[in-house]
Amino acid sequence: MSVPNEQMVNGYQPGSELPQRRSFGLIDALWAVAMLVGAGIGYAQYSAALDFYATGTLFGAALGLGFLGWIWPATRWLTAVVAAVSLFALWRYNILGADGAVGRAALGEFQESTFLFKFLLSSQAATMWMVALFFLSIPTYFISTLARSGYGLKVGSALVWSGVAMGFIGFFSRWHESYLINPAYGHIPVSNLYEVFIVFAVVTALLYLFYEKRYNNRSLGGFVMLIVGVALGFLLWYQFTRDAEVIAPLVPALKSWWMKIHVPANFIGYGTFAIAAMVGIAYLIKQKMGGDGPNDRLPSLAVMDDIQYKAIALGFAFFTIATILGAMWAAEAWGGYWSWDPKETWALIVWLNYAAWLHMRLTKGWRGSVMAWWSVGGLFITSFAFLGVNMFLSGLHSYGEL
Amino acid sequence: MTTQAQTARKRRRSLSSRLFTWLTSMNLAIALLSILAIASVIGTVLQQNQPFNDYLIEFGPFWYEVFMTLKLNDVYSAGWFVLILLFLLASTSACLIRNTPNFLRDIRSFRLNAQEMSLRAFAHSRQYESDLPAATIVERTQGLFQQLGYKARVKERDGETLVAARKGGMNRIGYVLTHLGMVVILVGGLIDSKMYLKTLNMLGVVEVETRDLPVSQVPQESHLPPGSLAGFRGSVNIPEGKWGDVAFIGLKDGYVVQNLPFKIEVEDFFVEFYDTGMPKSFNSNLKLTDKDTGEVIEETIRVNHPLKYKGYNIFQSSFGDGGTELEFDAWQLAGEVGTKQALEGTVHQERTFEFNGEEYTLEFRDFSLFNVNPTEGPDGTQENTNFGPSVTFRVRDATGQAVEYENYFQPVDFDGTKFFLSGVTSEVGAQQQFLFIPADRNNSIETFMAFYATLKDQDEITRIAADLVGQTAQGQQGGAAQSAAARSIADMVGTFVEQGFSALGEQVDQQLAERDMPPEMAEQARESSFRVVQSVLMRAYMETLQDQGVEEFADRDADFFEKALDVVTVIPNYGSPIFVELTGFNHIQSTGLEVTRAPGMFWVYLGSLMLTLGIFMLFYIHYRRLWVLIKPAGVNDDGESAHHRVVVAGTDARKNIDFDQAFAQFSNELQRQTGSNEQKNPPSDPDNSGRPE
Ligand code: HEM
Repeated sequence: MSVPNEQMVNGYQPGSELPQRRSFGLIDALWAVAMLVGAGIGYAQYSAALDFYATGTLFGAALGLGFLGWIWPATRWLTAVVAAVSLFALWRYNILGADGAVGRAALGEFQESTFLFKFLLSSQAATMWMVALFFLSIPTYFISTLARSGYGLKVGSALVWSGVAMGFIGFFSRWHESYLINPAYGHIPVSNLYEVFIVFAVVTALLYLFYEKRYNNRSLGGFVMLIVGVALGFLLWYQFTRDAEVIAPLVPALKSWWMKIHVPANFIGYGTFAIAAMVGIAYLIKQKMGGDGPNDRLPSLAVMDDIQYKAIALGFAFFTIATILGAMWAAEAWGGYWSWDPKETWALIVWLNYAAWLHMRLTKGWRGSVMAWWSVGGLFITSFAFLGVNMFLSGLHSYGEL
Repeated sequence: MTTQAQTARKRRRSLSSRLFTWLTSMNLAIALLSILAIASVIGTVLQQNQPFNDYLIEFGPFWYEVFMTLKLNDVYSAGWFVLILLFLLASTSACLIRNTPNFLRDIRSFRLNAQEMSLRAFAHSRQYESDLPAATIVERTQGLFQQLGYKARVKERDGETLVAARKGGMNRIGYVLTHLGMVVILVGGLIDSKMYLKTLNMLGVVEVETRDLPVSQVPQESHLPPGSLAGFRGSVNIPEGKWGDVAFIGLKDGYVVQNLPFKIEVEDFFVEFYDTGMPKSFNSNLKLTDKDTGEVIEETIRVNHPLKYKGYNIFQSSFGDGGTELEFDAWQLAGEVGTKQALEGTVHQERTFEFNGEEYTLEFRDFSLFNVNPTEGPDGTQENTNFGPSVTFRVRDATGQAVEYENYFQPVDFDGTKFFLSGVTSEVGAQQQFLFIPADRNNSIETFMAFYATLKDQDEITRIAADLVGQTAQGQQGGAAQSAAARSIADMVGTFVEQGFSALGEQVDQQLAERDMPPEMAEQARESSFRVVQSVLMRAYMETLQDQGVEEFADRDADFFEKALDVVTVIPNYGSPIFVELTGFNHIQSTGLEVTRAPGMFWVYLGSLMLTLGIFMLFYIHYRRLWVLIKPAGVNDDGESAHHRVVVAGTDARKNIDFDQAFAQFSNELQRQTGSNEQKNPPSDPDNSGRPE
């Protein structure tokens, strides 16, 4: 790269070795168009059943996936696989009846008697696959981190990616199954504690994968998937002791478009807060063991500090949106945008906590172990808002009691 | 004098400026956020807005006083809580006032007066040598800035050249939007809060009504004309077929009445169900009549689908009984037992009746059309069974004592036997206990009542007992002894009927003890006493059946006998002199509506939008500055400066590690393009250069 000086002086235009910013290329455009076409086909099929909001959600989701594919190309594979398998499942389910609604018994019989459904495509089977894959990823990540096995870490990532795919497939299957049981029951599966635990697992895993790629480091996978594993342990307990997986119709208060967007937005918040807490734990462990060194297995403390900030910032933004959406929903369902209902109030407490965290970091420059401890503590507050309120406090939110 | 005034003013100014500084301090902001969070917790742990008495009962008089003083029963509208919110409002506004002008000035400035010393002191800074002419360096620097999306300015001074660049000024706008959004939300929320109403109440303009009165009797001081409150949330129950034109707003331990500019007529309230019996939706057909214009609007509202009219919103929020009309038979359980009287009643109303010279009140409290209860199905599985309609009422005696009953309309099947159910709750909070009165062959309560009448008829029982004694004592000489025995038996039966089985046992024991018998004989005598009583009861029952026209005695009649006796022994504890048997009803429901006006909502939503946009701008737009200072550092043969020292420096408001990388990439590239030959190859590992702090 050495160029004679004279040449440089004489109008030489140097090229740039700066990393190129991601440009919006042909493939990106094609992908976005494909998403929109998919939404268009869906719309043509079901326009009769879609109101204004639902139509907006459909095309909004298509644009969102187009955008996601651009900033994070790996999600295109995920989208494609999930779409293909889910559509196949829907198509096979359609064999059941002309209008699709067959009742619980017939659905159960079909799932039992069809190999593919019994072991893969029914929401129960797919969810169990997700659980198994996520569980498997935990030791895989930890062992590979300890053994410094890059290959092992890649296997861990592959397990998480597959788990996410199975989680989404189970999600869409369940969505359709609710209609198959009874069209009046049909709803997106984000309506009770069992369903949102699955959402939590999938969203947290997916967000983790994003940070894994963004920081090009897989060694935090064990920590993050550990909290997902804990959540799934709860899910299994809930399923086996309470039959929580049974698809039930919605109570009147939940029959609202707002639920579809309020709940997922909340879980982006919960997911990132959980990631921040688990990275905080990794941070504290590493710090206890002597901090950064030449033979690090974990990312540097500065990087882990940064991941916590990035996760909390993203979570805070989405949690803000979720809370606002919740207020708008409440204005429609309860007659007021803010009623100081325990769930609402705890959402505010969570939000204030992370607002304080962000202020400390951004305006006072706090870093390091204090913020890591605070991230971990934040998870307790968040968990209480998510679970504790339903278990211990009464209120207008009725989507899940233990 | 003037100097004194000046110092006073100065002192005053310094006080207010100290106050301002305190208000804008980050410590106060964090403290407020924390206090608000902690205060909010209290209201979620302690149940809010319960009747005052409940707190007294649950926590005792001491804590009751504490809670009431701190208003912990209604934390979120307590003065101190609102004060925290007002402080947050003041503090956030003060921050905005202090920071916004600086920020706006800052994002327009290029900081062209940065000196070499300060640039070299930056956490992100680097210097290198260049053999290129200054103009070329400037040109390439600007090219690079442009490529990276920076805006740049060049300043020549004292032979040196400074290129200053910035980007991401929107980040600072994000700060303004975020915090202004908070302020706007808080203001909007306060507009809709009860603050204004409370002030009116404090000033004595509006009085709180605590009595349970019909609207027309609520004094004018507790009425608010339409529009007197900008925002409110009230509720009202309206029975089907009736209308209302007010909403009740809870305040302190009572309410005030908000008059509405329209009449709300409820044409129908109905519930739709899923096939599981779970409610699917609650709906009300409403007819709104505008009092000013006469405009009529008809709409069906349901949960999540309110009616909006002229800034008012009407929500489906609850439902209840709207005064169901009841027909019932009052069976006497004492006095003229076995007779009944057909009566009428209405839910939410009461009627008095006299019984044996005592006055009683019958208060009908509620009616429910369905009573779905979990029961065990035939194969042991859990099932839901609908017990049918029931009515809840209280019977209050002259002393004010009341017992609450819940009587079911139809007999309910338990293991093949049907029973009329009457739930008894003898005191508030006590467990409900049930009376299971067996239904007869015709599914009616008649047989039981007739049987009970026979048992309560002393003469009849004595006659039966005499018959019985006559039969068993055949051949013996009788007369006086016989009738004495019959009376004694009847007396025992009377004890059983009036006081139950254990009282009978005691009576028999007592009689036997008087006769001083050996134990085995006493035991035998005891047994035979019971047997005799049993025989009389059975005979009474058989006669009742005959009166009822039953000719054949079947198993189910024997079963009935046992079930009936179970009831007979508990009736003395039933607590009411009459038994209410429902015979008919006309179900009238009422719908619970929430009526609101929320002019602050617009501001809350606007603030929310600003907040959301602001947060994304704060987090995802990087506010960065870069400087490149080119200083002559040598002179060539012609006396021109041919050698330069280049100082590169940068800042990011965030101080995150992304900027380490971005700065390294920029300065590497700039050095590659403009550095001198010896230094052409810059440090190769961008990640390890320039850690912050
Ligand atoms: C109550 C008084 C408040 C004060 C004095 C205050 C002050 C500040 C200041 C000085 C910054 C730093 C801006 C910067 O230099 O980057 C900031 C940032 C921020 N504030 Fe506040 N704030 C207050 C309230 C709030 C509230 C109630 C919220 C609501 C959540 C909030 C959310 C934020 C957020 C999210 C940031 C992001 C910081 C950044 O990215 O720069 N602030 N605040």
